[in-house]
Amino acid sequence: MRNRGLIWSGLALFLIFLTLPVWHNLSAGVTAKGPQPVLPKTEKQCVAPLDFMKTSHMTLLMNWRESVVREGGREYTSADGRHYTMDLTVTCLRECHTAKADFCDRCHNYAAVSLPCWDCHLDSKNVLGSKP
Amino acid sequence: MKISRHSFLRISGITLAAGAARRLAAAIGGKKWAMAVDTAKCARQPNCTKCIDACHQVHNVPAMPDRRHEVRWIAKEPFDRAFREEEDQYSPLRALPAMVLCNHCDNPPCVRVCPTQATFKREDGIVAMDWHRCIGCRYCMAACPYGSRSFNWLDPRPYIHNPNPDFPTRTKGVVEKCTFCSERLGTGRPPACVEACPEKALVFGNLAEPDSPIRKLLASRTHIRRRPELGTGPEIYYVI
Repeated sequence: MRNRGLIWSGLALFLIFLTLPVWHNLSAGVTAKGPQPVLPKTEKQCVAPLDFMKTSHMTLLMNWRESVVREGGREYTSADGRHYTMDLTVTCLRECHTAKADFCDRCHNYAAVSLPCWDCHLDSKNVLGSKP
Repeated sequence: MKISRHSFLRISGITLAAGAARRLAAAIGGKKWAMAVDTAKCARQPNCTKCIDACHQVHNVPAMPDRRHEVRWIAKEPFDRAFREEEDQYSPLRALPAMVLCNHCDNPPCVRVCPTQATFKREDGIVAMDWHRCIGCRYCMAACPYGSRSFNWLDPRPYIHNPNPDFPTRTKGVVEKCTFCSERLGTGRPPACVEACPEKALVFGNLAEPDSPIRKLLASRTHIRRRPELGTGPEIYYVI
């Protein structure tokens, strides 16, 4: 083992290169905890149960869209009998999720999902020019 | 299955009665929105643009600096431009202004040509748009004989100076037009232009209701429509 130094330093460099994604994530603050959206303080209950909203909020919003735009129906009755106006900006954003950046964007950025919703619909905080 | 003459007649009778009742209910509860423009009242304030300003503010219509990119839902046109078929050059009508907006036609050519059904006719007569579905092909603009539609050649957001957060904007590559304020009608309010007019020159109402103010106005005064000879059935009436 005449080239002991060279071999060990080469191995060390190789190990560093191999574990580069780990160091990159550690320095960027990515954790296994997930995106952690900020939940509304005033309301405890969403328009549908939490598990449904987690998996199917996009379907619900799509159904709202069909109802409002094409059928002219604006009132939504939740499973527990509460009434809501089907409106993304007014009902969802203004009444509960007042900061889109702390709620919608956290998960969507984490999952690298880019939405066209905000190209037209306005975020009540940053009225114009907020891009996902 | 054997069916007696008695039960056959009973079933037929009930079916016919149910059909008639449905049609009767539709005739009574049905809606057919339309607008009448009282040109004489509108002419009292020649420089007024309050209906245009109200509409364009409420609906986030951008004020494009270049006329080639203009987006408009409602506009004031000289009578001879709005009514090009009016050939009589000495007609007193030529002095009157005309508010032009989407005619919400009975037989809308824009609906027929739309490949994605982004433009559609609602049961209450409104020719509505689903901007989510618009692909920007502009067939509807070519089909509309009134020039009621505008295309967003640029991103409209930088040109919306006083945005209304309750209403969406549009994006580049989408066609837009007057919606007869379907979002306000849903909450029981009249269209924004009607509300804003200081002379009450715009009369909005339900043509299916014989006692509505618009029906009374149309019954009592002479009125014309833009290019009715095309068979589109425009629902904006210009009361002379």
